[in-house]
Amino acid sequence: MAPTTFSTRSSGAGRTKPRDSGRVAQRIAVYVLITALAALFTVPFVWLVSTSLKSPAQVFVVPPQWIPNPFVWDNYPRSTTFIPFWQYFRNTLYVTVFNVIGSVASCSVVAYGFSRIQWRGRNTLFVVLIATLMIPYPVTLIPTFLIFRDLGLVNTLNALVVPSFFGNAFFIFLLRQFYMTIPQELSQAAKIDGASEFQIFWQVILPLTRPALAVVALFAFLSNWNDFLGPLIYLSDKENYTLAIGLYGFFGRSKTEWGLLMSAATIMVAPIVLLYFFTQRTFIEGITLTGIKG
Amino acid sequence: MASISTRSKPKSQPLKPQARRDLIHGIVFISPWLIGLIVFAAYPLISSLYYSLTNYDILSPPQFVGLRNYIDLFTADPLFYKAVGNTFYYALISIPLNLLIAILIAMLLNTKVRGLSIYRTLFFLPSIVPEIASAMLWAWILNPQFGLANALLKAFGLQSIGWLTDPSWSKPSLILVGLWGFGGSVVIFLAALQDMPRQLYEAAEIDGANTWSKTIFITLPMLTPTIFFNLINGIIGAFQYFTAAYVLTGGQGGPAGSTTFYSLLLYRNAFSYFKMGYASSMAWLLFAAVFVLTLLLFKSSGRWVYYEGGDKN
Repeated sequence: MAPTTFSTRSSGAGRTKPRDSGRVAQRIAVYVLITALAALFTVPFVWLVSTSLKSPAQVFVVPPQWIPNPFVWDNYPRSTTFIPFWQYFRNTLYVTVFNVIGSVASCSVVAYGFSRIQWRGRNTLFVVLIATLMIPYPVTLIPTFLIFRDLGLVNTLNALVVPSFFGNAFFIFLLRQFYMTIPQELSQAAKIDGASEFQIFWQVILPLTRPALAVVALFAFLSNWNDFLGPLIYLSDKENYTLAIGLYGFFGRSKTEWGLLMSAATIMVAPIVLLYFFTQRTFIEGITLTGIKG
Repeated sequence: MASISTRSKPKSQPLKPQARRDLIHGIVFISPWLIGLIVFAAYPLISSLYYSLTNYDILSPPQFVGLRNYIDLFTADPLFYKAVGNTFYYALISIPLNLLIAILIAMLLNTKVRGLSIYRTLFFLPSIVPEIASAMLWAWILNPQFGLANALLKAFGLQSIGWLTDPSWSKPSLILVGLWGFGGSVVIFLAALQDMPRQLYEAAEIDGANTWSKTIFITLPMLTPTIFFNLINGIIGAFQYFTAAYVLTGGQGGPAGSTTFYSLLLYRNAFSYFKMGYASSMAWLLFAAVFVLTLLLFKSSGRWVYYEGGDKN
């Protein structure tokens, strides 16, 4: 696993003996401040869920009710029939799953070529790879759209899937950093045993870098589940809409149905929150890796 | 940054069989990316430069017009200046504010608070919420009549604010929405803080340094590489700022053009008015601006970014 491991560092728990009252006051101030800030970040979530359980009449009560009375569960089934929710969901899942597969498959292979094989020109091309990270997407947006138009892929979900099979500079960079930490002797030993380059990749390197692949899979999932601009540009028929763009249409049509809108938003957020709780370590390690080791 | 060693191999000699094999293997392994580089980066880059010199409405073939689009942008398009102004406003306020608050929260979390992972989760979660969902939620919170934000203001006896409907409050509103989603940088700063060598602080304590001077003379300098990284990311992100503004203003960039950001205007020119050439010239100006700013930052980094042991990988 990555060198950065996180623990809540409970070791300091017994150390806060009141050496002097100033120190205690400082600790209290820290807790008050950090709890207040955390509350500010949490209130919108509470408000989201609270509103999602309100009837139109309850929504407009002044001053606002925090706990709906009664709970209007009906918003949830209604918001999934108000729009073709399950179709959008299926489309989103299609885009997301194939992006995860495409990214993991292509980026792991490419990162191998950039880290485990020594070849002339490798470092130059790697600089090119890093440089592409600096290209703002609006620069390539229009020609890429035209390419997909010529390929007949505009207004299909595949326009959002195909690029992932050609690698992603950021993921490749991330995986390469991982691959570099694996001792070269492992590859050499396998080579002496007669393993081909692909066998080394498949049987030696891939199993050792599963945590890094998980980070890539997770990030690919997240960015496609959340993607708005891609579907906005490429999808025009309603039957192809993903959740992001479908919700946007819903939002535009029913600006005052806050209960329904918030329940639909909650349904879209819920998988992400669940995913976070199941993969917290991978998440945090991924963010950290890309953030400070960069 | 990646370590790039300049191995001075003899370049003119023919490759040995092993080196040849490695070269072929290397190219084969990176070939998916290489194809992607040509199709999705190199070709679009060059062709968008060409399109920027044309009139192109997608339906009829592009007509070459020289620098016309660029000249029009600077001389005949007030919205262009508005969008540049809005984008700089957003970048100049939101980036420093994000950095400041992220560092503050990370420092507070780094004081051995109990329940660290709970706090970290609370700060981090909003950053992974889909932008469409967070935009809908904030549209509701910032609703002038029934929103939570104004209800809070009223509870404290303050005046209501028009938020997204008021041209002078619309950008601050969007900055607020952006602040909610910056938890990623809190996590990054926290990790950087936890990585810091204890000996430095112990040495400073022996010399009688207090919390304040330790922060100023040790913590902040040691954080500069992370600040630098977040700053570059922040600039690139702010220049491409799109989704929240688009969703919250129904794609209009209103009120009174106050949230017409650069990428929003570019998108509208390209995909609403089908002025592909014009939009391409906007894209290249954006590219040039990002390039110059990043270059300047890298050049200046030697003066204020502290790398442990001279050059860190």
